[in-house]
Order: sequence, then C-alpha cells, then structure tokens
Amino acid sequence: MQIHRDQIVAWLKAYADLLSEKKEYLTELDAAIGDADHGANMDRGFQAVMKKMDELSNQDIGTIFKTVGMTLLSTVGGAGGPLYATFFLQAGMKATGKMELSLAEWSAALEAAVNGVKMRGKAELGDKTMIDALVPAVQALKTAQENGTSLSEALQQCAHAAEEGMKATIPLVARKGRASYLGERSAGHQDPGATSSYYLLQTAADVWSA
Amino acid sequence: MKKLINKPEDVVREELEGIALAHPDLVKVHYEPNYIVRADAPIKGKVGIISGGGSGHEPMHGGFVGMGMLDAACPGAVFTSPTPDQMLEATKAVDGGAGVLHIVKNYTGDVMNFEMAADLARAEGIEVESVVIDDDVAVQDSLYTAGRRGVGSTVLAEKLCGAAAEEGRSLKEVADVCRKVKNWGRSMGMALTSCTVPHVGKPTFDLPEDEMEIGIGIHGEPGRTRMKVKPADEIVEMLMEPIINDIPYKAGDEVLLFVNGMGGTPLIELYIVYRKAYEIATKHGLKVVRNLVGPYITSLEMAGTSITMLKMDEDMLKLWDAPVKTPALRWGV
Repeated sequence: MQIHRDQIVAWLKAYADLLSEKKEYLTELDAAIGDADHGANMDRGFQAVMKKMDELSNQDIGTIFKTVGMTLLSTVGGAGGPLYATFFLQAGMKATGKMELSLAEWSAALEAAVNGVKMRGKAELGDKTMIDALVPAVQALKTAQENGTSLSEALQQCAHAAEEGMKATIPLVARKGRASYLGERSAGHQDPGATSSYYLLQTAADVWSA
Repeated sequence: MKKLINKPEDVVREELEGIALAHPDLVKVHYEPNYIVRADAPIKGKVGIISGGGSGHEPMHGGFVGMGMLDAACPGAVFTSPTPDQMLEATKAVDGGAGVLHIVKNYTGDVMNFEMAADLARAEGIEVESVVIDDDVAVQDSLYTAGRRGVGSTVLAEKLCGAAAEEGRSLKEVADVCRKVKNWGRSMGMALTSCTVPHVGKPTFDLPEDEMEIGIGIHGEPGRTRMKVKPADEIVEMLMEPIINDIPYKAGDEVLLFVNGMGGTPLIELYIVYRKAYEIATKHGLKVVRNLVGPYITSLEMAGTSITMLKMDEDMLKLWDAPVKTPALRWGV
C-alpha cells in the first residue's frame, strides 16, 4: 500500500474543510490561554493553500508540500505560520520527486517535519504546544511501521497517539508561546496548536484509509 | 459586536487605504505584501529601521513611520504577527546600503517570523541586526515562559533608534541604542475592560463590570491577577511597584515616564495616572526628565493603561529631543 499524490491532495483538502468547520472551536481554545486567533489564522492559510491546488495538478509530493509550506509562511502569521510552514517544508525535502510514498517514507517525512517544528519553536515535550501531539504520533507511526503493521492501522495508531498527546496538554502548565504568560492559569485548558496538529494527522488517517 | 467597520476581513486593508490617503506626504503603503514605508525610502547611506506586529495596536507601528523614526512597518492581521515575506520586502525597500535594524517585540510568533525574514534578507546580501524588546515586568517567571513580552519600550526604542539613524550612525551603533532601551526599559499594564477582535466578534475575555485585570498584555492576554476595581492612585501603585522593584537603576537617575492608553481610556484619566506615577517615581528619587502621555501602543478598544519607565543618559536625551515627523509623533519640525 502506498500513499499516492492524489491522496495527499485529498488529505490537504479534507484538512482545509475541517479547519473551516472547527475554526471557531480552535479560536475558543486559543482565547482561553492565548490570543484568540489560531482558528482564523489556520483557516486563512489553508484557504490560500486550496487556491494553489489547481496549479499543482500532476506535481510530485515534494513540490506539493513545499508549496503548502511557502503559502502558509506568507498567509498564516502568528507562531502557527512559521511552525506549520516548517512542517511542510521539511516533509517536502523527504518527498522530492516522489509521486507516492510508502509507509516508511511517510514515517520518515513526518519525523523530519516534526524535528523541524521542534527546532523552529524550540519547544520540548510537555511544554503544552503542538509538539505534545506530534512527537508521540511520530513515535507511534515508527513503531507501527517497524512492526509491519498495515498502512491504515499504522495511520490510526499515529492519529490516536496524537489525540492522546493533545488531551495530555490539558493539565499542563504552558512553557512556550503566549499561553506561558499565564503560568499556572494555563492548566486545565487544551492547547489549540496540539489540537490543530491532531486534526492534521486524524484527517490523514481517515482519508488515506478510506 | 459594535464597531466602525465594514467587513471584519477588510479591516486591515481599509485601514491601510485610509493611512495612505491621510498621510501621502509622509508614507507610502504597499499592498500584498502589506507594509507602510517612508515616502522618501530608501535613504542612501542611512540605516533602515523596521518594526512590525499584529494590527490593533495603532498608532504603533504604522503611525511611527517617517523622518526620525521608522523607515517601514509591517502590519499583520489583528493581533497576529506579520509574515516573513512582508518583512523581507520592507527590508529591501528601506535598505540604503547601510544595513537594516529589525525592532521586534518579544512574542513567539513575531520573533519566529522576523528570524525567518532576517535569514532571507541576509541571503540576499542585506546586513540585518535584530533587537527583541522584552520589557513587561508582569511576566514573572521568564525562565519558564516565552520570556517577558515587548510592550511600551518599543515605542521609545523606535523614536531613539530613528534619531540615531538620522544622525548617520552605523547599524551597530543604532542597534546599541536599541539594546540600551531593551536593558533599561520596564513596563506594566492593566485593563478595565476586554477588547473584541473584529473577526472573532466577541470579547477576548470576560471581565465583570466591577473587576480589573492587573498585568495585562496588549493582546488581551490575561495578566497577573484579577481584582475589584480600585481608585486610580491605588492602581498606579500596583503598576509602579513591580516596575520600581525591577529597574536596574537607582535614586538620582534620570528617567522618561511614559503613560500609555490601551485604546479605550481617555486622556483625562491618563493624566490622573501620570500625576500619581510621577509622584511615586519622584518619591523613589528618580528624576522624571521627559515624558509621553497618550494612546501609542493600544489594544483595540480596551480600557486601561500601561506605564513604562526608561532610564535616560545624555545621548538618549539628545536622541529623544531630535526632530521627528510621523503620523502619530511629531516635534521639532
């Protein structure tokens, strides 16, 4: 089983749709501990990505990812912009010239993407950021892939780990980003960045397993 | 939500169109990517100075573009950092061959976007220095947070650096002035009401009619503590105490005292605040030698104030008094 470039495009479209649907929820999460712009910013960025999709027909996955990254960089703003841009730019480097990805190749691309985010944001596991969803997801995907798990099962395990990581941000005290200014008062709220990261990987699992 | 706007998504664009029409003698507005630039930029041989940040803090930063202050400002969406492509294009537009200083407020998004822009500009052969302003003493535990936020000192840094660049100082010398402000400026703010981001449509946080938030940021981030509203003098004491406890200077030093309005507080109240802040500074032996009172770094229609204190030396006094001609700050010309 491979992930074909058309499925990559379908994933990005599904994620853009989900962001439109969840933008108010994400903004609500952000209002509690940040500055109430995460939903609107992500929605604006992925709507811009959608406008680029037509000119990307027949392009390889690396080009698609790099275009998504550059588009997010110039449209999202905030911290989410450079972080999600870095995610796609790094993943794109691992997918240069490829029209489809094996599970192992997707796993390597996701790992590079998440390492890029860690480097750009200087956040570690437990800081109450998107890293808390992404790092366990990469781990779960790698383990599943090494155990010879099927593609759809591996993707579900990856998304599940992201969901657990997202939920685990609730009791955490933020140490990075605007939420960190709240100190103890940031505990008890789910991190919006971890939430949009979970959506990204859950959408991949749903679209690519279908 | 009751606002003097058309459509929430058009707020920044239409504001920029208004600025372009109101101040054609001082600035030009470039769209997509958005930036406001001095009408006479680039100025050959002069260090260019750029700042930027989310919109909603007007007049900062666009209102400070002009002779003796900024060469360009990059406005993001409301309360959202601008993007690296804006900063890169603005940097190129103001580079007169002497390099460009980026004045950055310490917010995760601003810092990351300006870092990426500085990398891109250097790759194109432009010398860039960045100074991150982080003067908000309300953030107590800087070691375990994103650090102190950049607030009121930013306005003062833009004025002083602008004057230094106008004198023909080098990029390093102009950046040194900025670092001095970063090291000597301290601020603290409070809010009486919340504010409403246009595309969100409802207040960023709920603040009951009889309560206030001490230590608020300029994006409606909740602050240190929430309590019942008190008389102005007591509020000023609550703001001045953490500033005085934190300043790296002593009795006898000369300071600039900046009382800022958050957008929804009238000048009549800001002068009541200034009067008490002046009294407290003087009681601690500080000599208030310059001041600024008014809404210069705002948070939409939030009611409230922030106080900034900056130690001044002889050079900074000279730079402060130097002529400036921008939409929002103008003297000596």
